[in-house]
Parts: sequence; C-alpha cells; structure tokens
Amino acid sequence: MKTRPIVGRAKAGNRSSLASDEITSPGDAVDQDSVADQDSAVVTIDVAELSAEHADLLARFTGEVGADAVIESGVAGRELVVRIEPAAWVSAALACKTKLGFDYLGFVAGIDWLPTPAAGGDDAEGDTSAPVQPKDMTFGVAGSAGRFQVFARVGSTKVARYGITLKADLKESAPHIDSWFSVYPGADWHERECWEMYGFIFDGHPSLRHLYLPHEFEGFPLRKDFPLLAREVKPWPGLVNVEAMPGVDDEEGGD
Amino acid sequence: MTAFDVDPKLYSPLADSHLNVELDTGDMVLNIGPQHPATHGTFRLVVRLDGERVIKADPVIGYMHRGYEKLTEYRTYPQVTTLINRIDWLSSFANEVPFIAAAEQLMGIEAPPRALYIRTILTEMARISTFLLFLGEMGLQVGAITPAFLGFRDREYPLNLIESATGGRFHPNFNRIGGIKDDLPWGWIAECRNTMRKMLDSCDIFEDLVLGNPIFQARTRGIGIIPAELGAAYGVSGSNIRASGVDWDLRRDGEPLLPYNEIDWKVWTHQDGDSYARYWVRLQETRESARMILHLLDQMPSGPIMAKVPRIIKVPQGETYVAAENPLGEMGYYIISKGATGPFRVKIRTASFSNVSIMPWLLQGIYVPDVITVLASLYFILGDIDK
Repeated sequence: MKTRPIVGRAKAGNRSSLASDEITSPGDAVDQDSVADQDSAVVTIDVAELSAEHADLLARFTGEVGADAVIESGVAGRELVVRIEPAAWVSAALACKTKLGFDYLGFVAGIDWLPTPAAGGDDAEGDTSAPVQPKDMTFGVAGSAGRFQVFARVGSTKVARYGITLKADLKESAPHIDSWFSVYPGADWHERECWEMYGFIFDGHPSLRHLYLPHEFEGFPLRKDFPLLAREVKPWPGLVNVEAMPGVDDEEGGD
Repeated sequence: MTAFDVDPKLYSPLADSHLNVELDTGDMVLNIGPQHPATHGTFRLVVRLDGERVIKADPVIGYMHRGYEKLTEYRTYPQVTTLINRIDWLSSFANEVPFIAAAEQLMGIEAPPRALYIRTILTEMARISTFLLFLGEMGLQVGAITPAFLGFRDREYPLNLIESATGGRFHPNFNRIGGIKDDLPWGWIAECRNTMRKMLDSCDIFEDLVLGNPIFQARTRGIGIIPAELGAAYGVSGSNIRASGVDWDLRRDGEPLLPYNEIDWKVWTHQDGDSYARYWVRLQETRESARMILHLLDQMPSGPIMAKVPRIIKVPQGETYVAAENPLGEMGYYIISKGATGPFRVKIRTASFSNVSIMPWLLQGIYVPDVITVLASLYFILGDIDK
C-alpha cells in the first residue's frame, strides 16, 4: 500500500461519478506537510453562530435553577454543557423538563477522570496496538472537582437541535447523588447501569440492582483502576497468538 | 372473590362452571426467553401473571454484554469503528456514521460531498434492510408465516448492494475519518435504482398482505400504546415515538451530519401509538427511504471521497456529542478525547436500550399473547441494548 504510486490524489470536481480506477484510499490522500503538523491541529468547529443560542439557553437555565447552583459551563461540539451543584441535580432535571421544554431523556452516565492505565498493565511488553493516553489527570469541558462525575443529556422532541448536557461532581469516598427516576422514568436503567459500572449510588432509585452483569459480580468495570482483564492475561490477540491449540501437549498429563 | 359467600373448607375448591365459581387465579411467574424468536438475541422477560394478564414484567438483559464502552478506551479511533459495527448488527453502517462524524468534528475535518452522499445512501439502505426484516418478522409474531419469507427474501437485495459496495454484508466497516474507504463500483448506481423500485413494490405487497389483514389489525390495534410524553421521558426514539404522533426525526431535526436537507422527503407519524402504528410508520419509512435513495442517486455529486487526513489519527482534546437517526432510533456517541490516538471515554447512547426500558410500564395489564406482539413491534436488537 505504501509503495503504490499515488494516482488518486483528490482533485475536486473533475472526476466522473464512477471512476473506480481513480479511487483515493485513506492512506494516499495525505501530504507530508499535513503529517508534520498533525500535533498542532486546531479544533475549527464553527460555534459562533450557535453561541448566542447557547448563551440564551444558559441564561434561561440559570434563571430556573438558580445562579448559585451553576458552577461552570462550556460547549462540547455543538452542545451546551453545564456543571451544577450535586444538591441541585434533581431540581435541575425538573426545571429542564417542566420549564425549559426538555421532555426527552438522552442518557445518564458516569465519568472517571483518572488517567487510563496502559493496556495489560505498565509492564506490558510488545503491546503497541493500544493508544497511549496522557498520564496526568485533566478534566474536560466545564471542569470537575475530582475523579468522579455523573453526566446526563436531555433533549427535546418539540424543538429541533435543542439539548443540554448536565454534569455534577461526586465525592470519591461516597459517590452519592439523587435519582432522576421521579422526573424522567427512563433514568431507571441508565442509573442501574451507571451504578454497576461506576459504583455511583443514586438515592431514591426504586431498585438499584445489576443490569448487565451477574448478580455476584464484584467491582466496577468502567472505573479506570479496574483492569481490562482480557489484556492482562493475554496480549492483544491480533499481535501474536500465544495460545497453543487444544490437544497439542496432551503428553503433559491432561485428560 | 367467589360468586357465593361459601366457606371454602366446606366447598370443593375445584372450579364448577355450573355454579359460576371463579377460579382463584393466584400469581404465576412465567419466564419468556432467553431464547425467543421475537427478541433477536438472548433477552429474558420475567412476567408475573394473574390468569392471562401481566401484572408485572421485568426484562433481564445483559446476556450479550460485551463491554464496548470499556474496550473503546483501549482502541484507536479506526479500531473503534470495528466494535461499533457490532452494536446494532442489522444496520452496522448507520452505527458508524455518528461516531465518525463526532471524530471528524473534533478534528475539524469535513468529508467531501460525494462521501456524504454515499454515506447517506448506505445508511438508508441499512434502514431498508433492517425494516424489511421487521416487516416480515412482525407478521410471524402474530401467526402469519408468509410475510417472514417475503421479508427475508427482499432484505437480500439491499444487503447485496451493501456487500458489493463495501465488501461486508453485515459489518461493512466502510467509514473512515474524513470520508469513506472506496468509491462505488461500476454499475452500482444502475443496479441500485432497479433495486429501489423493487423495494417500493415490496412495500406495496406488505401493505396489502399485512396491514390490510383483519387478523393482523385485531392483534395489533389498541395494544401496547405508548403515550407521547411518557415515551419521551423514557427516552423512546425513532419510529417508536413517531408512531405516537411525535413529529421528530434527527435526520431533519438533529445536527446536519448528512445531506438530508438537500432532498425532498417526509417524516411519517401516526397518532395511535399502538403496535399497528409502529408497523405502519416503519412501512412508510421503508418506502420513504427507497424514494430518498432514488433522489440521492439523481443528485450524486462527483469528486473526491476522502478529505485530507493525517496518516496517524490523533483527535485533539475535547468533548462532543453527536447523535444520528439510526433505524432503531437515536444513536449517539459522547466522546471525550485527551489528544491521544484513542478516545478517553465513549458513552454509547443506543436506541434500543431506551426503547426497551419502557417495557415494564408498557406490558402491565396486557395479555400474554400480546406480550410477543408488543415486543416485536418495539423492534429492538439485543446488541443495541447490551452494547
């Protein structure tokens, strides 16, 4: 692939619709200069036209929830993200649903901001397929006070392109937050999933029990300190197959 | 309650129809699944019955949980598309689009128009093949076996087209950050036009054969009604909520990821919200998708299919949420990137998960045979619930 001469360099507008001999493959459509400055890539999302909309939405949200409940806000893609006080989690949902017209529940989920450990542990050898994540702990849009955050998105079925993402910080020692079940009944399963994956406890949830995992499962798999066991016991299977075929070494006294 | 106030010790506990003594119908727990044809996978439903009536339904999911949200943290962006192909395996191509669009948005890359058109065509084709399976299979669940054969037969035509364009029948893995992998093969567009006309005919057959059938209507009308407000609060999306009269389609109302605003099409809704309405809406949407593809083929621009993309995909630090109208509903990805070659966290918002979460409420008070039709009419894919 790499040694093939570049025949299909993208030339805008002068190709017939079915010129299959001039196909641009992903690797070919690259200039060396664009490879050189890939690290300095800048996010060029045009949010200028939406910023007035976001500011208006934020002002209305703050008016309903109260200025002391809103900690920080930001824009993720084209979405307004607001970090609120955990105490205002349910009242914010109620305001969103009844006052601001967000009648639709997108999801409720958690984030663990701890850095992603290396696949297979820090002493893993040869496994270069997994991406190397930064080692320092940084927080995303609207910031965070600590490791754990719960975030949820609500939208509207009545207004086009209208949604808001709420975030709230949770204490690492006691990750408690009130349940949205009374406001959005669909939060039931989302919170059960979030509880079993992160160990966040949603106070007021009718039955916080396992959703995906077996009932006797221990640990919270989506926390960053929960190892990806598949990589611990065996390196990336696409890299090298270290497992012998069954029945090959039966002389050792198998069955 | 008995018809007579008789001491049960003195009276025979057996039913006596002549005396019109009601049977004591105590609770009975019925286990449906984990293997059932209506569930497209391993889905278990524990229902508590009073006679034939459901008192309480508790779906048990997780038999196919593969932990994709964890796995994405150890994969690069191009590797992640392989995983998300397998979330909703009937419409894999439609799954890829919002994820790729989110990564493109974070990187500030725009795919060329021809790539967007091909993405739209293949997304709609995935919708047609997914819905044709539903249209046939829903008939099967009410006892009609002919529609199932027709559905499976007609589904092959769009699947063959997807296969000839992408190389994969169910898991194309065809989207790339910045465009698509290959251009369409020779003769594909002409073949596609013929097939779409065939699909329009096929929809007419389903309309006559299933929708007009009095038995089908008796089994589906007025059963499993989702109120619009409650459905939205549960997060029900896609055709299921449009069948409750909500005029909301992310293809039109969501972010303009694909050039849907360049063609003439219509969002179909039905006011009833029952199983019949869900079938009706999906049938109209199948037809509308075929028409959309014909429009798109007419307007297909020429030009490149890949934007300029760095050789090593590194997504700058940032967060974004991108959702698209999957055949089953709103499929969204909340991506948190820390500037590495792979995502830091991906929250996968799948449609079936929220669509099915209304089931404990929806199944209350309906009869056991209707449980299956309601299940089938909600139309979920287990991989889409279990992630």
